[in-house]
Amino acid sequence: MSVGRVLRPALIALLLALVLRPGWFEPVFAPLAPEGGPVIYERASLLSLSLSHLGLVAAASLVATIVAVGLAIFVTRPAGAAFRPLSRTIANIGQTFPPVAVLALAVPALGFGAGPTLVALFLYGLLPIFENALTGLSTLPPAVTEAARGIGLSRWQRLLRVELPLALPVTLTGIRLSVVIALGTATIGSTVAARTLGEVIIAGLLTNNTAYVLQGGLIVGLFAVLIYDGMVQIEQRLARRMGA
Amino acid sequence: MIEIDSITKVYNGEKAVDSVSMTAETGTITVIVGTSGSGKTTLLRMINRLEEPSSGEVRINGDSTADVKPHILRRRIGYAIQGHGLFPHHTVARNIAAVPELLDWPKDKIRERVDELLDLFSMEPDQFRGRYPAELSGGQAQRVGVARALASRPDLLLMDEPFGALDPIIRTRAQEDLRRIQRRLGSTIMLVTHDMEEAIRLGDRVAVMDAGRLVQHASPAEIIANPATEFVADMVGNVERPLRLLSLIPLSEIVEDGAAEGEALPADASLRDALSACLWTGREAVPVVQDGSAVGCATLAAIRARAEAHR
Repeated sequence: MSVGRVLRPALIALLLALVLRPGWFEPVFAPLAPEGGPVIYERASLLSLSLSHLGLVAAASLVATIVAVGLAIFVTRPAGAAFRPLSRTIANIGQTFPPVAVLALAVPALGFGAGPTLVALFLYGLLPIFENALTGLSTLPPAVTEAARGIGLSRWQRLLRVELPLALPVTLTGIRLSVVIALGTATIGSTVAARTLGEVIIAGLLTNNTAYVLQGGLIVGLFAVLIYDGMVQIEQRLARRMGA
Repeated sequence: MIEIDSITKVYNGEKAVDSVSMTAETGTITVIVGTSGSGKTTLLRMINRLEEPSSGEVRINGDSTADVKPHILRRRIGYAIQGHGLFPHHTVARNIAAVPELLDWPKDKIRERVDELLDLFSMEPDQFRGRYPAELSGGQAQRVGVARALASRPDLLLMDEPFGALDPIIRTRAQEDLRRIQRRLGSTIMLVTHDMEEAIRLGDRVAVMDAGRLVQHASPAEIIANPATEFVADMVGNVERPLRLLSLIPLSEIVEDGAAEGEALPADASLRDALSACLWTGREAVPVVQDGSAVGCATLAAIRARAEAHR
């Protein structure tokens, strides 16, 4: 706990500095840059790349959450129970497809830019959320669901007031995994001209500039660590309140 | 008045509940007792339509339960279960307020009702209102579960082994609380248990179920004195019958003039308590007090006479 209290603000400060004041780090990265080459990525502002990167991840994760949770709700109702094995298979297939392959296949249909990246992130994000929401919704304490029915909640009220809130901590874990995977995966979106922090890394790889690679990688990594940490905190707070 | 009219439930060709009819008067506790698989829980769950009857009908104050949507029906019927089933993500106050909220009671009326119920169950409202179920002891959680079931002043309270998860000492207290609160509010209760002791202690009427059939429906004294079948006799426990009978009779019924040595018992203690006190301390009689003043004594001979009265 006390380690987190020191480390967390330090990491946030480091991340903000890397994004907003990249110039400060010139002496640090200089030894890694090729002789005479640029040290700090200046073709686009790192802030706008970060925002666009986070925006893509947020949009894809939001849609994946809506679809995955919706699907999990459907297959845990009596009417949808028959589709449960099928839906798991489909979500698993989404996960086995390499994101690069999804990008390659999506470009002809959607053109270059953010579209194919969104599709890849969405497909990739489905499975963890779906599996966790399914676990959450199918392992509710029987006494609680029985009581919810017994005191006169309708189906919708049971879902919204009891089942979803109780499944929330487990579902959030799935969303967290999915978001972290998406943060990393989004970088390859830059190969099809999506504006992400991958641009910095790819530019570094193309010009043999390790300073660029490190700079991009560090920012993406810090975002992932801090977002992961933040979501863990939320989950713990929820779980503690429910006495788990 | 609750009328159960030849109700039957068939599962996979087998009758879990076989044409059961009985009537429960308003303001009484009916305890349905039986072994596991006797159909007692199914019978209870058919009353609020958690199970749909295969045939037959239940009427509450003359209205058939089949005439309303199940979830609307259930808002009029309190329901308390083993392991309380409180919503872990809601505070005690929100748990108790669940049904009044569904019925759109005004907010201040709900708040008032929650505090009133917490008081009734001897839980300090200021202290317990904002707690989560995980912060309660087993006995407290169970009381909140019953308070939730009573919150909207339902026509009928159904309880399925409500005290099953409690340890014996807390269970006895919970049973006494329930009896006290039921008398005070005049609630109509149907309670399912496998414990004949509990049935005799709580019930105005006891209904014994065996293999889906209602084998006897009578007062506790009648069940003990004249068990209708071998099975009922087994449930009562032949060896303990005299003691169970004595446990139903208060001392006030046999108190006579005279004095006795030793520690006194209150007039609403049972003959069983008095017998136990006599045997343990080697006395022939115990003094009886009512509201702090001596009213006479209860003798061993009088206790024996009552135990033999059924013959």
